[in-house]
Amino acid sequence: MSLMELIIPILASLVFAVVAPVVGCLLAGVDRILSARMQGRVGPPLLQPYYDVRKLMGKERVDVNTVQGAYVVCAFIFACLAGGIFFSGGNLLMCVFIITLSSLFLIMAAWSTRSPYAEVGAARETMQVMSYEPMVLLFAVAFYMATALILPTEGIGSFNVGAAFSLDFPVIAYIWPVFLGLLFILTIKLRKSPFDLSMSHHAHQEIVRGITTEMSGSTLALVEVLHWCENVLFLGWVSIFFVWGAWWSVLIAIVVALAVYFLEILIDNNFARVKWQFMLKSAWAVALVGGGINIAVLAFV
Amino acid sequence: MGYASKSPWVIHYDGSSCNGCDIEVLATLCPGFDGERFGVVNTGNPKHADIFLVTGSVNAQNIDVVREIYDQMIEPKVVVACGICACSGGIFQDCYNVLGGVDKAIPVDVYAPGCAVRPETLIDAIVEGVAVLDEKAAQMKSAEKAR
Repeated sequence: MSLMELIIPILASLVFAVVAPVVGCLLAGVDRILSARMQGRVGPPLLQPYYDVRKLMGKERVDVNTVQGAYVVCAFIFACLAGGIFFSGGNLLMCVFIITLSSLFLIMAAWSTRSPYAEVGAARETMQVMSYEPMVLLFAVAFYMATALILPTEGIGSFNVGAAFSLDFPVIAYIWPVFLGLLFILTIKLRKSPFDLSMSHHAHQEIVRGITTEMSGSTLALVEVLHWCENVLFLGWVSIFFVWGAWWSVLIAIVVALAVYFLEILIDNNFARVKWQFMLKSAWAVALVGGGINIAVLAFV
Repeated sequence: MGYASKSPWVIHYDGSSCNGCDIEVLATLCPGFDGERFGVVNTGNPKHADIFLVTGSVNAQNIDVVREIYDQMIEPKVVVACGICACSGGIFQDCYNVLGGVDKAIPVDVYAPGCAVRPETLIDAIVEGVAVLDEKAAQMKSAEKAR
């Protein structure tokens, strides 16, 4: 491994840590306005999520313990690393594992507080990770198998996101069931109803605020920024299905990602929360049908 | 204008209200009045809230709860007494179990009278509270600089 291979993802992570919060903040603002319009309200200004974070940063520092903030910072660093690896065209499998590590740090941050509400939130977040992880892994595998079929390398595919730019046509042609499966679990990853079990955007749920119950001030602000970064990365996953050799395919990919985001907001506003049992069963069923069958078919082609 | 006033997250506690004011508090956040236009979000968590909306009077049973929620809230914070019962005890003032308004338990910044309090009054009270919030945030900042 050359030095450049190490430096590029790290530089990309730093750029991602600056750009993704800006994009994610605007996306969150659009989300809140669209949600309000769907509910027949006017809604807040576009920059409301930014105001919220700035306000939280100005609050008094009250931490329940010293380790919680450190865990949240770790979660943020690994989310930025995952984003950097993805958007610099790095290894998709590595990106998937690192973003899971980020989720695990957030779970530990909640668990470290010993608060019953935060613990229920952490337990539910663990169930959420269990629910979406199979589909996410199958997504990476399916990407490899699709590139193996499309690339002129005689059956050797690539986990590298950058390989998508040397394709003759996008991978969606071969792995559209995986795309649909990823859309399903994306609702869990974006923390949208009906799967916003561990931490809801909306007030009034029985576990107060789930994993963020004991977080406040700047720690809560960082969790919010982390969430924006994650959203940008996940929409990146969605768009990679539509990228191929032509440079303008990136525009198509961005349009698709925005359309998917709108769809998620629509779903968020139209469904009530489900129990974790349904989430786990349905997510695994989707992973099996969408991911499993798709990959099995590709294996025999 | 500071950022504290641009995103006032509220927490609502029903002391011993008849539920009239509680319904109005929630109506403030509903489409008709849409408190979120001013960044108002209803949280269920004192640690996330900036403005404490209390409805109903304080009695021996709930005075500890009101104090507990207030103590868990993080500075800068503001208390709004919603409805005449929360302001002074209202028509229940002379009841044997009623101690009086919310100011018997915690310091109140804004009084929003009414029976029941109207959403317009509440929005006015929150806007008033937001100014106090900014003032407290500025005080905190200058105190930090002085240290």
